[in-house]
Amino acid sequence: MAAILLEAVRAAEVMTPTYKDIPRICIGQSCAQRPENPTKVRLSTTATQGPCDGSVGAMIEIHELTKNYGSTTAVADLTFTVRPGVVTGFLGPNGAGKSTTMRMILGLDEPTSGSVLVNGHAPRSYAAPLHEIGGMLDPRAVHPSRSAYHHLLAIAQTSGIRKARVDEVIDAVGLRSVASRRAGKFSLGMSQRLGIAAAVLGDPATVVLDEPVNGLDVEGIRWIRGMLQGLAAEGKTVFVSSHLMSEIAQTATHLIVIGRGRLIADTSMDNFMATGAPTTVRVRSSDQDALARMLRSPRVTVTLAADGALTVGGASAGQVGAVAAAAGITVLELATEHASLEDVFVGLTQDAVDYRAASTPRRQCPEGAKQ
Amino acid sequence: MTDTTGQVTIPVTGALPRYQLPQRVSQVRVMRAEWTKLRTQPSTYWALLAAVVLVVGFGIGYSLLRVARPPHGAAIASFDPAAISLSGVQLAQIAVGVLGVLLITNEYATGLIRTTFAAIPRRLPVLWGKAVLLPAVIIAVGLPAAFAAFAGGQSILSRKHLSVPLSQPGAARAVIGCALFLAGVGLLGLGLGAVIRNAAGGIAALFGLLYGLPLAAALLPSSMAADVTRYLPASAGQAVTTVKPDQTMLQPWTGFGVLCAYVAVLLAISAVRMRRGDA
Repeated sequence: MAAILLEAVRAAEVMTPTYKDIPRICIGQSCAQRPENPTKVRLSTTATQGPCDGSVGAMIEIHELTKNYGSTTAVADLTFTVRPGVVTGFLGPNGAGKSTTMRMILGLDEPTSGSVLVNGHAPRSYAAPLHEIGGMLDPRAVHPSRSAYHHLLAIAQTSGIRKARVDEVIDAVGLRSVASRRAGKFSLGMSQRLGIAAAVLGDPATVVLDEPVNGLDVEGIRWIRGMLQGLAAEGKTVFVSSHLMSEIAQTATHLIVIGRGRLIADTSMDNFMATGAPTTVRVRSSDQDALARMLRSPRVTVTLAADGALTVGGASAGQVGAVAAAAGITVLELATEHASLEDVFVGLTQDAVDYRAASTPRRQCPEGAKQ
Repeated sequence: MTDTTGQVTIPVTGALPRYQLPQRVSQVRVMRAEWTKLRTQPSTYWALLAAVVLVVGFGIGYSLLRVARPPHGAAIASFDPAAISLSGVQLAQIAVGVLGVLLITNEYATGLIRTTFAAIPRRLPVLWGKAVLLPAVIIAVGLPAAFAAFAGGQSILSRKHLSVPLSQPGAARAVIGCALFLAGVGLLGLGLGAVIRNAAGGIAALFGLLYGLPLAAALLPSSMAADVTRYLPASAGQAVTTVKPDQTMLQPWTGFGVLCAYVAVLLAISAVRMRRGDA
């Protein structure tokens, strides 16, 4: 236990500052290749040297990864690195190429070009695969008549993992009471737990989960959040996809955002918020029309919300309050509002989609197409 | 995680102990895992039960029929008591062939194959594991069934003094051959399933291979039909199950060798297809 804690502390010390110092959000191109990025020197130690630099940390390194299915491009020229010790969210709308990327990370799909390295190795080259990487792509991918215990046992046996470990993992995910029941009868939440159990059987250095929160209730989301953060605290690389910002906002420390198979952002959650989310001021007053007239200027936007409040962009709450006071208007409500991560996410992906749709001749993956 | 009252508690922390014991994938370990999968899916039991019922039940039923209508005149010379008692194998082949198809296609159907391949990135040990265990269980079940069918059938036929003893040349080989034939058909199913990756398609292909091809061969000019038919998987494999092969059939072990060649080709194609590309 002490060793685990020590390792977690060490991982936190080593990794957290690295993340905090990477302010890179870039639209429509690979982040690592922006020469004007002032932090490039720092970045280049890990992110830009490509797959052949011999780095062996527990991480996922993706370099110029492209996957075409026929004439459809699912993933285009992705380059990013997922580091250990934190939970990294993998965000994108449905059909963005998240699952395709994860299948390539797990060595299940062959990249059309580019490379994936997990812990310094190419997928499919591990001697102990379950100790290198654990993945969950589809929690329903079980034989419906096989019990949860036997499902996990069969996976464990492939690497010679002891039966006691299977029981340990079943306990850890809370499936003890249903372990002998047919996995096909499981609720979605139980299936998610079973999928995560399979992913962590071999105590892998890297955990890749596709939409683990999808369709869970609040209790389940809280459980998965704790599980993921626990894994990251042990120094593991935890990479979790979602198409909903809200699911990932409180879990992930770092974010990779893709849209239509391309990298949109590779940044810390804090930076993602700060860069993409302008704050607005919400105000209700005794004379909304007059206040709106006075506030409106080339730098300040004022819109009327459905509930009658004004949303002011480009001015601080203090400035709005001062204008109202000077005009003798009574302020009934005044608050600074941060755009939700969801708004930032939608804005970013929307921009990227529009940008590429206008300028890229390459055929895009249709929305909702099987990735 | 179970407290003193035996109540199951769901942990809230999500804490998971580390596992530091050595791990490594090996063919033997994959075989062990495949055995766990094979013995924990109902289709294994249904298919094997169906095979046993068909081999024993149909063999005894057909023996009862023939003892009620014994052969006369010239028919006596070609009367094959062993074949009558083992005739259920012709039906049981479908049961084991379908088991072979399902053994691999159900992993593709559920998506479990991705979990399997993530655990075994080299993939082929999965195919070899199934290709060893499937014929092993078919023989383990099929051999006693064939002996039971033979013994039951001959005791019925002996009422009219039509029976042959197991010691008759070729009789024991035919009984053992029935189990081997069923194992071969099971592997045909496995190979078809691994290539087609779809249960319905695999089963359809299996029927085509076992029943469709002989029908198609019958449409050929009669001079060619017999030569082609004897090399088709079903009739080639059946040679090893008969005591008195007729003129149209290959020699018993030659026929079985031809069946094995089909199996080898199908497994080779599925191995190439499994190893390359997307799961």
